[in-house]
Amino acid sequence: MNGGIGFRHGVHPPDSKELTANAPIRRMPFPDEIVLPLRQHAGRPATLLVGKGDRVERGDKIAESDGWVSVPIHASAAGRVVDIGWWPHPDGTMAEAVRIRVERYSPQIPRPRLVPEWQGLTPKQIVSAVQNAGVVGLGGAAFPAHVKLSPPDDATIELLLVNGAECEPYLTTDHRTMAEYPGRVYAGIRIMMRALGVERAVIGVERNKPDAIAALERVRPPDIDVTVQPLTVKYPQGAEKMLIKAVTGREVPSGKLPMHAGVVVQNVASLAAIAEVFETGLPLIERIVTITGPGVRKPSNLIVPVGTKLRDAVAFCGGLTDDAAEILFGGPMMGAPQSDLDTPLIKGTTGIVVLNRAQSKPIRAYPCIQCGHCLDACPVFLNPSQLGQLAQAGRYEDMVAANLPDCMLCGSCSYVCPSNIPLSQMFSLSKVMLRKHAQTVQAA
Amino acid sequence: MNVPRLDLTASPHIKAPDSTPRIMWNVVASLVPVVAAATWYFGLSALLVIAAATAGAVGTEHMFGRNGSLGDGSAAITGLLLGLTLPAGMPLWMAFVGGAFGIGFGKLIFGGLGQNVFNPALVGRAFLQAAFPTAITTWPAAGQSWATLRGANFALPFMGGAVDAVTEATPLNLMKFEHATTGISHLLLGSTAGSLGETSALLILTGGLYLAARRYLNWRIPAAIFVTVTVFSGILWRIDATRFPDPLFMLFSGGLMLGAIYMATDMVTSPITNAGAWIFGGGIGFLVVLIRVWGGLPEGVMYAILLMNALVPFINRATRPRVFGTRLETARGRS
Repeated sequence: MNGGIGFRHGVHPPDSKELTANAPIRRMPFPDEIVLPLRQHAGRPATLLVGKGDRVERGDKIAESDGWVSVPIHASAAGRVVDIGWWPHPDGTMAEAVRIRVERYSPQIPRPRLVPEWQGLTPKQIVSAVQNAGVVGLGGAAFPAHVKLSPPDDATIELLLVNGAECEPYLTTDHRTMAEYPGRVYAGIRIMMRALGVERAVIGVERNKPDAIAALERVRPPDIDVTVQPLTVKYPQGAEKMLIKAVTGREVPSGKLPMHAGVVVQNVASLAAIAEVFETGLPLIERIVTITGPGVRKPSNLIVPVGTKLRDAVAFCGGLTDDAAEILFGGPMMGAPQSDLDTPLIKGTTGIVVLNRAQSKPIRAYPCIQCGHCLDACPVFLNPSQLGQLAQAGRYEDMVAANLPDCMLCGSCSYVCPSNIPLSQMFSLSKVMLRKHAQTVQAA
Repeated sequence: MNVPRLDLTASPHIKAPDSTPRIMWNVVASLVPVVAAATWYFGLSALLVIAAATAGAVGTEHMFGRNGSLGDGSAAITGLLLGLTLPAGMPLWMAFVGGAFGIGFGKLIFGGLGQNVFNPALVGRAFLQAAFPTAITTWPAAGQSWATLRGANFALPFMGGAVDAVTEATPLNLMKFEHATTGISHLLLGSTAGSLGETSALLILTGGLYLAARRYLNWRIPAAIFVTVTVFSGILWRIDATRFPDPLFMLFSGGLMLGAIYMATDMVTSPITNAGAWIFGGGIGFLVVLIRVWGGLPEGVMYAILLMNALVPFINRATRPRVFGTRLETARGRS
C-alpha cells in the first residue's frame, strides 16, 4: 500500500483560513428561539413526536427516524414548542420545522440518562445507539453516521479513514476540533473501530494545519493501530473518493461506495460527536461552526445549538460588515447561498462564510476556448468542457454517457475556467433535469 | 444588525484569477519582442506589414464579430501572427486582406471565438499564398537601412508593376534548391532572409517559455513537434548527410519556431486533452519534415498545422481521459 501519494488533478484556491485558524472554540449562549427542520440529513425526514404547546427539555427527542436511512431530531434547548410549520431551509427551499421558544432562565440541564459503556456493547448496539443519538456526518453531506457503520455483507472493511482534510477554504471547524479535542477524536475512533470490526485507522490531515497534526500526534494512543497522515494541500482532498485515493492509492469504483474499496470514511467532527454521545449520553444537539469571511466583523469558531438562526449566530460574531454581500452555508467552493437571515443552522452546517461585494461581483462569461484547464482540474477525470456544451444543448442523456453521474459538483472546473463558464452550476442543473425525467418515466 | 442586499449565486463562489482576455493579451504581450526584432531586421516595412495585417483582422472582428469581442484580444493575436508570417516587402493592402480573410473566413464564419476549426492566422496566410504566390515569396534581404522600404509596401491593389527591391533566398530555399545550409547562430538570432517572424528563434522561444510557465500554452505541443522533427530529420541526416539537412537546421529555420510555439498551440484549434497534445504535435512535426524534404514547397509548417487542425475532433475523441474509478484492474493492482 502506498501511503500519502495524493490524488491527481484538483485546484489550489487560497485557503483563507487565517481568519479563524487560531481562534479557540467558544460556546455561544442560547438564542431566544431555535428552529429545528425535520429534514437535516440525507435520507427520509424524521417524523414528528411533539405538538404545539409542548414543553421539551434539552436533549428530548422531538422527531423519530423514519426508516433505516434516517435519524431522529432532538431539542437543542429547553423550552416550549411555539409553532410547527414551513420555514426557510438552508438548501433554499421551505421545510417543515419545529420552533422552540427557549426558556430564558433555564439551567439547560438535560434529563438524567443512562450512559452505556461502549466497551460492553455489541457492534449492533453501538450502531443503534449512534442512530438514536441522531448523529450524521458533520462534514457537510449529513449522511446518517450509523449507515456507514453497517457495511453490506458483500463489502469487507479493512480501514477506517478519518477525514481531517478540511479542504474548503475559510472553514476551520475540523481544524479546531483536532487541535482542541484530539482525545475525543481518538475516543470516537475506538468506538468506530469496534463497531466496524477493523484493526486499522488513518487520520488524513492537510499540512496547512500543523498544530492539529501535532495535537493528534501528542495524544496518539499506543494500543491501537492508528496513524496520522499529513496530506498536501489541495482541493477537493476532503471528498471521500479523493481522500481514499490520497491515503491508500485505491480508486473507489465508479458508481460504488467507499465500502467497496474496503474503506469507511468518517469526518473528525462526526467522530468527536460520537465520542460525546458515549461520554455524556446526550444526542447530537450542538455542533462546531466557523463563522467567517470578510463580511463578518468578528470571525469565530463557535459551538452553537443545532437550530440557531443565522441572524443570531452572525450577531454574536459582531454582525455583518457594511460590505457584506453574500452569505453562504458551507465553504466558498460548494457552499449554498442564503436568502433569509431566519434560516437555521442545521446538523450539516459546517460554517457560515460571508463574502464581500468584490467577491460576489458578477463576472462576464466568454466562449469556451478549449484551453483544457477544466480537464486538468477535474479530480474524477471528466471532460467538463464537453459536458458543458452538451448541457447547453440540453442533451442530458448524452451527458450520462459522458459520465456526468461521476461528477461530485466540487466546482473545480468552474473555479479554473478562464471564460467564467458556470460549469458546475450547469451540471447541478442537468442532474436535477435527469432526476425529474426519471421520475416522470417512473410515474408513466 | 444592518442587513445588506444579499446576493444569491451558484457555487463555487471564488474564482481563479485567469481569464480568457488575460490569456489572450498575455500572448499579445509576449509577441512584442518578436515584432521588435522583426522591425530591427527589416525596418519600417516590418512594422507596416504587421500593422496592416492586424488592422485587417481587428477591423473585421469589430465589424462582424459579437458585441465587444474585440476586448478578448483574440483578433489582435490573429493579426499579429499573420503579419509575422509575411515578407517585409508585402504590399500593405494584401496583408490587410489576409487579416480580414483570416478572421472572416477562418473564424467568424464558424461562429466566432472558440468555434473555429482552423487557425485563423494560417487560414489568412493560406489565402494569401494562393492569391498572391509571388508577393508572398519575395524575400527581402536583412540588414538594410531602417527607413528603406523592403518592397512595394504602398502598391495599390491590382496595379501590379515590377517590384524593385534587394531580395535574397531564405535558408530553406537555399537548402531546398541549392543544398546550402545556413549557420545556426544566424538562425537563432534571425539575421537571415525570411518572413518577419521566421527570424528570431531565440525571442520566440523566450515568449513560449513565458506562456508555458503561466500555463497559457500547452508545452506538450511544441515539445512533441521539436522531438518529432529532431528524431525524424535526425534519422534522415544519419542516412545521408549530403542530401538531408541536420536536425538543428530543421528546428531553427523557417517558420517552425513561430508555428510550433504560437500557432500550433492556439487553444481553440488544438486538442483539449494532454495525450491529444502529444499526438497533435507529433503529427505536425512529422508532416513538416515530410513536406520540407519531399514536398514541392521549401516550407511546410503552415500546411502541417492546418492538416492537424482538421484532425483535432478525432484526436479529442480518441484520447478521452479514463474516468476515475473505471478500469479498476489497474487501480487495484497498485494498492
